[in-house]
Amino acid sequence: MSRLQARYQALHASGRKALIPYIVAGDPSISATVPLMHRLVEAGADIIEIGVPFSDPMSEGPVIQQGHERALENGVSLRDVLGLVTAFRQDDIDTPIVVMGYANPVERMGHALFAEACMGAGVDGLITVDLPPEEVDNLNQELKRVAIDNIFLISPTTPDERISTITERASGFVYYVAVKGVTGAGNLDVADVTHHLNLIRASTSLPVAVGFGIKDAVSAASLAPIADGIVVGSALIDTMARAIHAGHSEAEAIDRAITLLVDIRGGIDQATSAA
Amino acid sequence: MTAKHDPQRYASVPDEHGRFGEFGGKFVAETLMSALADLEVLYRKLAQDDEFQRQFDEDLAHFVGRPSPLYEAARMSDHIGGARIFLKREDLNHTGAHKVNNTIGQALLAKHMGKNRVIAETGAGQHGVASATVAARLGMDCHVFMGEEDIQRQSLNVYRMKLLGAEVIPVTSGSRTLKDAMNEALRDWVTNVDNTFYIIGTVAGPHPYPMLVRDFQSVIGREARHQSLAMTGKLPDALVACVGGGSNAIGLFHPFLTDESVAMYGVEAGGHGIETGEHAAPLSAGTPGVLHGNRTYLMQDDNGQILHTHSVSAGLDYPGVGPEHSWLKDIGRVNYVAANDDETLSAFHRWTRMEGIMPALETAHALAYAEKLAAQMSPDQHIIVNLSGRGDKDILTVAALEGITV
Repeated sequence: MSRLQARYQALHASGRKALIPYIVAGDPSISATVPLMHRLVEAGADIIEIGVPFSDPMSEGPVIQQGHERALENGVSLRDVLGLVTAFRQDDIDTPIVVMGYANPVERMGHALFAEACMGAGVDGLITVDLPPEEVDNLNQELKRVAIDNIFLISPTTPDERISTITERASGFVYYVAVKGVTGAGNLDVADVTHHLNLIRASTSLPVAVGFGIKDAVSAASLAPIADGIVVGSALIDTMARAIHAGHSEAEAIDRAITLLVDIRGGIDQATSAA
Repeated sequence: MTAKHDPQRYASVPDEHGRFGEFGGKFVAETLMSALADLEVLYRKLAQDDEFQRQFDEDLAHFVGRPSPLYEAARMSDHIGGARIFLKREDLNHTGAHKVNNTIGQALLAKHMGKNRVIAETGAGQHGVASATVAARLGMDCHVFMGEEDIQRQSLNVYRMKLLGAEVIPVTSGSRTLKDAMNEALRDWVTNVDNTFYIIGTVAGPHPYPMLVRDFQSVIGREARHQSLAMTGKLPDALVACVGGGSNAIGLFHPFLTDESVAMYGVEAGGHGIETGEHAAPLSAGTPGVLHGNRTYLMQDDNGQILHTHSVSAGLDYPGVGPEHSWLKDIGRVNYVAANDDETLSAFHRWTRMEGIMPALETAHALAYAEKLAAQMSPDQHIIVNLSGRGDKDILTVAALEGITV
């Protein structure tokens, strides 16, 4: 059983929902990344999404774009990201790690080499924003060989009949993009999310996490009863960036992000126990 | 006929996945996949529709002013003393460049889809102006994304777009040039996909854009083929066009691909020189990768990060290239070469002074190479150069480079 599968099964058994923070590897700094990952776990993260910085992050709003830019200024490459996961695994062999990024760094490394390196580092899953099912078969072969899950995005504009094309190729979990737009944008429409999650669940038994547009305990709580996992990215990165911009230390910036995450965890747990 | 010139081979690309060999495809976020599928279905239907083609041809004739002339550059040809050089005068189109051929076509598609908001990216501003122009004509709401650096070096075109009623949105991320403008346009599209049509200005982006932009621009090569036969009794011996994304080059080349006797040269921006690394010539010095929705040759580092590019011309300052060009390079049908900034500026002056035609700096790359090529050929041969745009927009850049205040 994969780490992702095991984690979702354990959560399901205890009636809890996965909290999935997203951070960009190397932001705010390379040295802060692994300690930050451990703090996320202590604060209640069940799965960590670690972003691979890319020069042209086409689906990101300004907050995560700037995170990518800071990480690139810190010289972070895909190899470095996998190195950070390796370092994280020294002290945590349980928390599933999902690498999230864009196609080109993976293409440049080569599918087979990338898959091997992910396995070696202890990566559990991959999300590639610009690799729809039509373009993924070659990479999926390599990922299957090393038992790494490939996690696909489904969006509000995905036609109903296309959902199964996606879920057939997916493993680990499915990621529903709750708003039309870039990361960090938009207002959630819970009824619309509910409608789409029902369609997705009719097509697959995989867990479904929801992301984009979740910025606090209230928005997380609104989706927790219907989703298997809640992804929070821009809000954490924005909290850290604002603190640093205001002249606070990196440690203080991380503390503030952790405070937000604890709050979101509370919102999710309260909404699910009440439901 | 060799396999290289087999008509079947060229008619078969892109395939149903939008691929030209290993290049092309649809590498975009899931949110856009259904909009691309809708566009492809509509386009494949309208491409066979007589009424749509009649409307397109009529707009090209009466709004753009086609056919554009094929003009023999007699003085420069005599001066070089080699092959005769003919210019396909796309600079005489309404708005001053080939770009409008495509925006006319895409605006008709937007109208058919009932989308009244259009967005575009632009580098030199020619595509932005051409988009703003068709939007004004059809009463559409137009938003043009343009890198901050390009806004400074192409201020005349920025003002033209504003006069036409378009909103010009400065892009401050990344290298603040064409690549970043395209990122920002894609972000806008992902957010407003329901009511927005994205008018991509070149033969890049996700399928079906490289195919439909090629088809709209192929009017250039179809006309040039007839004109060459009518004026000289034969096909040209060579074609030359500048390549940034590559829409004017594909437009000229495509109708000649199966003509074995016609050699083709795509001229990339050599910047400060290929050997310096400061250029915008992915076909000359790049490697295959994935950017802006397609697999193609890119300028990238060993970690797959896209490199900043340099070119004196904003319109060629792009780290990728249309996927069909990548394929034409790999199968050996088109030769891709580069002209650097200095050669380009000197060609700009020479052609302006000797032919009375002021080319765009993008176009001057093609002219710089055509001079060298013609010199190696004989006077009974002839070359067609795509004079893709006029140079009025560049006079402030040229003046600044020469320390002149206008």
